[in-house]
Amino acid sequence: MEQLIQVVLSGLATGSIYALAAIGFTLIWQAAQTVNFAQGEFVMLPAFFVLIGINFLGMPLWLAMLFGLALSVLILGVAFKRILVDPLLSHGGLSLIIATMAVAILMKELVKEFYSAEAQPYPALVPQGAWDLSGVIISLQDISHLIICFVVIVGLTLFLDKTKVGRCMQAAAQNAAVAEILGVNVKRMILYTFVVNAVLATLASFLITPVYLAKFSSGEYLGLIAFIAAIVGGFNQVRGALAGGLLIGVLDNITATYITAEYRQAIPLLLLIAVILFKPEGILGKPEGRAV
Amino acid sequence: MKFTKRNLWLLIGLALLILAPIGQGRYIVYTLTSWLVFSIAAMGLNLTLGYAGQISLAQSAFMAVGAYITALLTLNGIHWIVAMPIAVLSSFVLGLLIGFPALRVKGHFLAFVTLAFTTLVFLVLRNEDWLTGGPYGLSGMPRPDFGLFNTGKNINFYYFTVFIFVIFSLLMYQIVRSPWGRAFKGLRENEIRAESLGVNTRRITLLAFAIGSAAGGLAGSLMTPLVQFIEPGSFALLHSLRILLMVIVGGAGFFFGPVVGAGVVIMLPEVLRFTEGYYLMIYAVTVVVLIIFCPKGLVGLGEIISRKILKKKEVRKDFEQGAKL
Amino acid sequence: MTHPLLSVRSVSKRFGNIQAVNDVSFDVQQGEILGLIGPNGSGKSTLFNCLLGQYQPDSGSVALKGSNITGKSPSELNLLGIGRTFQQLSVFPEMTVIDNVILAGQEHSGSMISRLFGSPDAGLTKAAEKLIGFFKISHLRDEPAGSLSYGQQKLLDAAMAFMAEPSLVLLDEPAGGVNLTMLGNLKERLQAFNSEFGTTFVVIEHNMEFVMSLCSRIIVLAEGSVIAEGTPEEIRSNQTVIDAYLGA
Ligand SMILES: Nc1ncnc2c1ncn2[C@@H]1O[C@H](COP(=O)(O)OP(=O)(O)OP(=O)(O)O)[C@@H](O)[C@H]1O
Ligand SMILES: [Mg+2]
Repeated sequence: MEQLIQVVLSGLATGSIYALAAIGFTLIWQAAQTVNFAQGEFVMLPAFFVLIGINFLGMPLWLAMLFGLALSVLILGVAFKRILVDPLLSHGGLSLIIATMAVAILMKELVKEFYSAEAQPYPALVPQGAWDLSGVIISLQDISHLIICFVVIVGLTLFLDKTKVGRCMQAAAQNAAVAEILGVNVKRMILYTFVVNAVLATLASFLITPVYLAKFSSGEYLGLIAFIAAIVGGFNQVRGALAGGLLIGVLDNITATYITAEYRQAIPLLLLIAVILFKPEGILGKPEGRAV
Repeated sequence: MKFTKRNLWLLIGLALLILAPIGQGRYIVYTLTSWLVFSIAAMGLNLTLGYAGQISLAQSAFMAVGAYITALLTLNGIHWIVAMPIAVLSSFVLGLLIGFPALRVKGHFLAFVTLAFTTLVFLVLRNEDWLTGGPYGLSGMPRPDFGLFNTGKNINFYYFTVFIFVIFSLLMYQIVRSPWGRAFKGLRENEIRAESLGVNTRRITLLAFAIGSAAGGLAGSLMTPLVQFIEPGSFALLHSLRILLMVIVGGAGFFFGPVVGAGVVIMLPEVLRFTEGYYLMIYAVTVVVLIIFCPKGLVGLGEIISRKILKKKEVRKDFEQGAKL
Repeated sequence: MTHPLLSVRSVSKRFGNIQAVNDVSFDVQQGEILGLIGPNGSGKSTLFNCLLGQYQPDSGSVALKGSNITGKSPSELNLLGIGRTFQQLSVFPEMTVIDNVILAGQEHSGSMISRLFGSPDAGLTKAAEKLIGFFKISHLRDEPAGSLSYGQQKLLDAAMAFMAEPSLVLLDEPAGGVNLTMLGNLKERLQAFNSEFGTTFVVIEHNMEFVMSLCSRIIVLAEGSVIAEGTPEEIRSNQTVIDAYLGA
């Protein structure tokens, strides 16, 4: 029993990080009808920006993190949108998807060639100790992750629902034509969405890299998981991505501990297939009207 | 057969295929064979992607299915000519099974479902040692011997592959120009209109996907005797992306586009060999540049140029077509 | 008792807070040409899409010759003999005109197998050529459909609706962008199909002259509801209809 609680708790903690990436996915999907196949690499890369800041520019951790965040916003947010998404949007979804796949390869190879192919240790952001609550070992790191992600997601929801910019972003995502008429600068709002996605990916990166180490290939699995979380939860909303992320985090941990380590990676995939088969709109999603 | 310009080109192409390996070393012959094998896989994917407009990332998984089934059967003394149809049929059926749920979602989502499938196949191949040899794979598969014609020698195996490739192309051509092919295209260009004209979109996409998968199986089935050593890594996701790239680079929706694309994608590493570690980076950048500036691929580019020269009419861009109701 | 060809009962469809179609009922008799008019946004196209399986109506039912067809898919309905056109241009832009028309008929001929291994045109080239001749676009036979002018694409669209020899055809603004001579021509064509093959029509159209001279009966929609029904003369002098148009 104690073990189960621990397993679930740390699953929730990892899951909440997956949720950050998954939410980014859904936001981009809503705003630009694009699936970003490089999402996992978007989570992998900021950690290396931080490492560059620390190891080559001699920055302290906090400054390196700011540096990483700034670079991410510039490269993964603004440049990605301007250089790749803008010219390709008119070619239709397929070209953009393939381009994001190419970007994923490019990012991986850049890190592998110019930084290292080996996994790199990465400084933890939060305290490492553990509490012993009558037999249940609770890791401080897990708790901090949960809290940070919770705060970020609540903050994001408030931003989207309560601020003017947030509401304009939603309007632009829901019906660009109408939003345009109402005086919303749709182009800018879509750009903001990409920036928000970059920030979410960066946060996820800062939180998850101390757990899994920084490695050029770590985005492959992460990207897949984030997408699965988004689909499982219901692709068109923040809540769904959150629920999906948590669910997969927990399931993943339970399988690894109790069932099979070999097929650990297979569980989210099977969950994905099951959801698509039985509830294609996702656990929390509403069936979408036909796209006509 | 009518003696048209197109047929002349095809004859020239065939003659080149026959002459190409003469006097060449082992490695070139091997590369040429591998080009034809991947062309088959890519032409299959082209049916799914270029004609029916559905993105599949499972082509390497279907190649794996074809390759492993062929390997297991031929290692147990069953002749390739029996093993191959079993492999192709299995891929077809598996395509139906995967496609049925996956095509409920279509498009972008299909890409991820097939991605999941490719990863699952990879895990199974790696973990089920008792059947697949695990990470070490399977080796020592025999090349088919047809009595009068033994494909053991590389050059013979090349001609054998050419033969299969030609048969496959003819079959594919029949499909593409048949009413099925027209329905595939209709689906890609205007799904709602196609539906309102009695095209059962769900069934026809499923069939396009399954036929494309069967082609993947056939390619796998040729891969086994070609390399005589297969392991899970040869069919990982990256290879699905490579096949996808072949289709895009050559020109999705053009019959021989994937053949051109496969040539480029297979030759590119040779050309870029001097760049060593940067090869994949250059590759990725090339793809992005190509997609931005030449979205219809190389054959598409050729077509645009010939259109300009011949002053043929083009599809106009000022009307929005009624995908909307 | 003989059933009407199409009977629509209490069909409603809501989008968010817009009641696009509100409790609409009417019958279409075998062989008639029924007009469906109403101001912009009155729900005409939405009604079509509910009848043709493109949208699932929120409530209500549709029957074809007495058998319930509510909830059938667009392709099933087409195979049951209902053809249609769309308000927007709706052709297959990269295919040639002749291929567009053949595609419109091929699902009705032969089996799945014969369509894979049989002749590439499913034996329909002759019929398709005749049809595009009928709509006076023969000279564009081998052009990509997307290169045609707006009006030409409209005519092609109409031709496609007839390829499978449907017993009922629903046309959404067939006259939009079609020039005067072609308009007269189009009307003649529709009347010819009607008298020669007994094809039944429901036509949405804003061109009043066209509707009034073509249709034997007219239904008027406003804000999703049927507000009037009658012969062209009755509709012309109906005060509610005039108000609805002026008020809109
Ligand atoms: N898919 C949809 N989602 C939301 N609202 C819709 C949708 N389709 C139609 N509507 C709304 O339903 C109402 C009726 O639209 P519809 O297209 O049926 O009108 P119409 O009578 O065909 O108009 P027009 O003469 O301009 O073609 C309009 O208010 C429209 O905005
Ligand atoms: Mg309308």
